[in-house]
Amino acid sequence: MNREDIIKNGTIVYNRPRLLNERNTHYCPGCSHGVVHRILAELIEEMGIEDKTIGIAPVGCAVFAYNYIDVDWIEAAHGRAPAVATAVSRLNPDNVVFTYQGDGDLAAIGTAETIHAANRGENIVIIFINNAIYGMTGGQMAPTTLLGQKTATTPYGRKADINGYPIKMSDLLAQLDGTCFVTRQAVHTPAAVRKAKKAIRQAFENAIAKRGTSVVEIVSTCNSGWKLSPAKSNEWMASNMFEKYPLGDLKNI
Amino acid sequence: MAEEIKLMKGNEAIAHAAIRYGCDGYFGYPITPQSEVLETLEELMPWETTGMVVLQAESEVAAINMVYGGAATGKAVMTSSSSPGVSLKQEGISYIAAAELPALIINVMRGGPGLGTIQPSQADYFQATKGGGHGDYHLIVLAPATVQEMADFVGLGFDLSFKYRTPAMILADGIVGQMMEKVVLPEPRPRRTKEEIEIQCPWAATGRHGRKERNVVTSLELEPDKMEVNNIRLQETYKHISDNEVRFKEYYTEDAEYIIVAFGSVARICLKAIEDARSNGLKIGLIRPITLWPFPYKEINRLSKTAKGILTVELNAGQMIEDVKLAVECKIPVYHFGRMGGIVPNPGEVLTAFNKFFPEATNNANL
Repeated sequence: MNREDIIKNGTIVYNRPRLLNERNTHYCPGCSHGVVHRILAELIEEMGIEDKTIGIAPVGCAVFAYNYIDVDWIEAAHGRAPAVATAVSRLNPDNVVFTYQGDGDLAAIGTAETIHAANRGENIVIIFINNAIYGMTGGQMAPTTLLGQKTATTPYGRKADINGYPIKMSDLLAQLDGTCFVTRQAVHTPAAVRKAKKAIRQAFENAIAKRGTSVVEIVSTCNSGWKLSPAKSNEWMASNMFEKYPLGDLKNI
Repeated sequence: MAEEIKLMKGNEAIAHAAIRYGCDGYFGYPITPQSEVLETLEELMPWETTGMVVLQAESEVAAINMVYGGAATGKAVMTSSSSPGVSLKQEGISYIAAAELPALIINVMRGGPGLGTIQPSQADYFQATKGGGHGDYHLIVLAPATVQEMADFVGLGFDLSFKYRTPAMILADGIVGQMMEKVVLPEPRPRRTKEEIEIQCPWAATGRHGRKERNVVTSLELEPDKMEVNNIRLQETYKHISDNEVRFKEYYTEDAEYIIVAFGSVARICLKAIEDARSNGLKIGLIRPITLWPFPYKEINRLSKTAKGILTVELNAGQMIEDVKLAVECKIPVYHFGRMGGIVPNPGEVLTAFNKFFPEATNNANL
């Protein structure tokens, strides 16, 4: 398809992926979840694995992820998705298993399950949405909240002496022998979306090839929780979060 | 072929029975007095014979969530623990019940509360039969009294949990877990195939492979009217279970003037006490609930119409007695005798307690 074909009236160049269900999401406009959901729906279709993919949904904003991507899903208790995924993957080795978790789910209440699933090298994909805040419950401090960042439970800004430091989970996970691929991506620009999609594809390929645990952290926006417009959220993320959570591969073997 | 009789601990019998049942996965975490379940499974290496997955999890919390995940794919999966560990599992058990999944959970009870003791107890009766986790749900609770029942209840527990799509619990005390006894292990049967699981568990999240509708296993429903419907469906299941699955055993109840109610290993101690008493003309009978939930209310109510009094004997401060009182409807006196802290009474102590509560019975007998 050349440029002339593309700009011709009536040519479809962008469409809803077949596996993205036709329903309105509960996500706020501007939130990164929608983009990551789309990437997953595209990839599962492109890779031809929709018949054997099982998603494990978290507790948090993505609790309803199962409503949007048209594959089999299991809704886990808060933080327990990697334990659920462990059993699903071990008992059903022909399936492709991924978890989709936020920072509260993965890096606070589910820290033990995340680290141990990754340390066992479970053949699963972990999609880690890091937006530095608890979105679903109304914008409270997350383990990844930046120092100085204001949230509902740090109204004067996160202070290290009271709240400790933002945790760099992907750096921790990259240290474990069970992980084969740990990468940090974002979806705030078209170029970033393409890179994130490439990374998630590699993570799924690793799971299919049984190379161990793959972790794709997506540094994300929560414009409602951050109380910024979608555009301003992207700017705030780029100028504040990328310093603490730099993008790129932390491990790729 | 003659039945092969083995000598083993109750905990070991559970492990052997699980493999022979065709269990797909066991997920556990060490805690006394039940660690032999995991140890025996690791030693037997069923992954090389039946293909059963055995995994030592990082915590009881992780183990029960592995059970949740495995059950959500239609597999026959189980976990075992002891009291403090079972407290940790309550979140997951509530989710399993709410998502209407089959699973087998074993609690080899030790004394509590808190870290308590590693010695035997029956103090988790309330937790097991009245909920334990959050929300309106029940477990099918089986109380084994022998090593043979430890082995037999693995299959029974799985069968019931798949029949009703609800988790079942084997509520054993540390005595049954640790003591060695003769046991005839169940006949081995193969694990279910993928095709069999798809037919038996059309709700399971196994990957769509051609299915028109995808399967989603969840306990979440934010619309109140739909959530109430889910709750009503659960309650209907529990009603069905209560109507059909009450199990108990009676001993010497035909002519009994007094009844002892006891479950698990304590029932065997009480049986010895009753046989001693009967040799002195004291007509006591025993009813041993095998399903603690559903509880044999009707059967105890029937006995209360002819008996003069009931004594419950438990390794706790008086838990099952509440259900016995509900069954008796205040028609006759009901008393409780219990030991705690890991102490197990002998038959003489049981009779001493009986004499204390029912002195008129002793006076009438030829003691």
